[in-house]
Amino acid sequence: MEIFGIPIQAFLGQLLLGLVNGSFYAMLSLGLAVIFGLLGIVNFAHGALYMIGAYVAWVGMEKFGINYWVSLLLAPLIVGALGVAIERTLLKHLYKIDPIYGLLLTFGLALIAEGVFRDQFGVSGQSYSVPDALAGATNLGFMVLPNYRAWVVFASLAVCLGTWFVIERTRLGAYLRAGTENPALVQAFGINVPVMVMLTYGAGAGLAALAGVLAAPVIQITPLMGSNLIIIVFAVVVIGGMGSILGSILTGLALGLIEGLTKVFYPEASSIVVFVIMAIVLMIRPAGLFGKEK
Amino acid sequence: MKLKKLSAAVSTAFALAATTMFGASAQAQVSGDVIKIGFITDLSGLYADIDGPAGGEAIKMAVADMGGAIAGKKIEVLVADHQNKADVAAAKAREWMDQQGLDVLIGGTNSGANLAMAKIAAEKKKPFIVVGAASSALTNEQCSPYTVHYAYDTTALAKGTGNAVVKQGGKSWYFLTADYAFGAQLQNDTSTVVKAAGGTIVGSVKHPLSASDFSSFLLQAQSSKAQILGLANAGGDTINSIKAANEFGITKTMKLAGLLMFINDVHSLGLKATQGMYLTDSWYWNRDAETRAWSRKFFEKIKRMPSSLQAGDYSAALQYLTAVKAIGTDDADKVLAQMKKTKINDVFAKGGYIREDGRMIHDMYLMQVKTPAESTEPWDYYKVAETFKGDAAWTTKAESKCALWK
Repeated sequence: MEIFGIPIQAFLGQLLLGLVNGSFYAMLSLGLAVIFGLLGIVNFAHGALYMIGAYVAWVGMEKFGINYWVSLLLAPLIVGALGVAIERTLLKHLYKIDPIYGLLLTFGLALIAEGVFRDQFGVSGQSYSVPDALAGATNLGFMVLPNYRAWVVFASLAVCLGTWFVIERTRLGAYLRAGTENPALVQAFGINVPVMVMLTYGAGAGLAALAGVLAAPVIQITPLMGSNLIIIVFAVVVIGGMGSILGSILTGLALGLIEGLTKVFYPEASSIVVFVIMAIVLMIRPAGLFGKEK
Repeated sequence: MKLKKLSAAVSTAFALAATTMFGASAQAQVSGDVIKIGFITDLSGLYADIDGPAGGEAIKMAVADMGGAIAGKKIEVLVADHQNKADVAAAKAREWMDQQGLDVLIGGTNSGANLAMAKIAAEKKKPFIVVGAASSALTNEQCSPYTVHYAYDTTALAKGTGNAVVKQGGKSWYFLTADYAFGAQLQNDTSTVVKAAGGTIVGSVKHPLSASDFSSFLLQAQSSKAQILGLANAGGDTINSIKAANEFGITKTMKLAGLLMFINDVHSLGLKATQGMYLTDSWYWNRDAETRAWSRKFFEKIKRMPSSLQAGDYSAALQYLTAVKAIGTDDADKVLAQMKKTKINDVFAKGGYIREDGRMIHDMYLMQVKTPAESTEPWDYYKVAETFKGDAAWTTKAESKCALWK
């Protein structure tokens, strides 16, 4: 059986791989959307935080013998703390001025982080092996799926849904959303808005680090791994609608699938298909698929 | 009054300068009274590990081995980063030649940057020794009397790996190719060699430069049922393709052939992922007692074993300085003539010589990556599977389009 001249097995295989990549897009764009939605900061340092997360896992393993599962918790905490420090010392001065300054600052931070890691670890990168419990592969009939990739899909969907639930369905999430709408009023109710904003940036940074640890066994850990990915992730956020949590999750997964299919039909276009879609979406719905016009 | 004093001072300075210049020409004819070696490479980007700052250190080792001076004239080394931009490389080369009195330029990685520098060197009539760049155009279509291509090129890589793999039974090939000029050239060169040796090309898939995920492309390669997966890419792309090939079990059904790989790539991937792979290189640190001895010296400084390019940087500088010493001048044409008539025998090459088209002819090696069990120490990664003697690996006179070699 064939679909458009492609054997159905290959077709299903590519769809599944697209879902794996889409999971990474979803997790990264989720963090970006949370930070933009609640802080109004276009966080260009997101790719660097993702890279630092992967390096924390690698250094933990090589120098301290910390295993993958512990890193999965530890790296987001460490990078989250770094995020808190960045917010307290730098970002908080920028909330009242043009958003372009936040973008420039975080872009600069990303370049500095890349430079420091390049100097420390070189550019060829480091390898992180798949944890023993997830080693091996499962034959699904139409393709051989490494168990680790299945775990990535599961883990990132769980994290995405969890984040969405906290922000959209809990009291804490309601405070957060209210705080961004009208900080002065929320403050008047006795809620400490600056602390809330600080923790939000920390949580966004932690999400990026978590994605970094999940990616570590799959790709080579290099100082440039973040900047290779971040542009696509930005496109995902723009397509989904800046600041829309659910939008970024769904768009991330959908674009992973579309990219996967492009790799079958016309591989040369796989690196630009996301941007073509972005251009079309911006023309038809400038606020993005799930964004609200302001 | 003041003006007079100033002009007197200036003329004294000129007179002094003139004296030292003429004085210099009386003993050894060295321009500017110092021998200046320039080295322009990628110091910070994706090729910084295979060449980079450590390549500059290797050149300084050659200077130290010459005693830091020739006939009392100091040897100086300038190093600059071209950031993988051809225009930056060309501008730096021009500045050094115009204003710094550069005597020889050594070109690092990146073919685009080196083709641009070759034009400047030809215009300024200065020797230009390319070590890190791969494009065979440097001594073929774009050859120049001032360019010497030292370590390796795309033709040699294709001939080496292509021939050997077919000979060992890898008849049917599928290519995973980086979607830009270099990838296409490497795939073409290798396809020609594979077909000539009796192999077949089953298909190929192009991937964008610095792709984030290779699993889709690899799945397509696997469904082709070819025996050999030729990796016509470089650096991080090669590393990530090999990683994913292992993860998806592709290595169980296909053998991988890295068409442009360096020991640093193998080091960062580890032997578990790379064992059994074939690759062609111009030099290997653990080949014999002489290479080992030099490499250990390098290791003490850099804490890494040298790549073939870093050994090539050392050798290029050493041979240039040896030629200057032998004829007592740094005059570009005389030094190049001396280099071209002298056999090269050092830690990098044995019996090497520079051909009319500028190609340095020396042995090339087909390496097979060791299994973790075979490796006895860190960086002990290769077995030399085959040695391509003399001109066996390079472009032949019949194939060459270089006007200097007709």
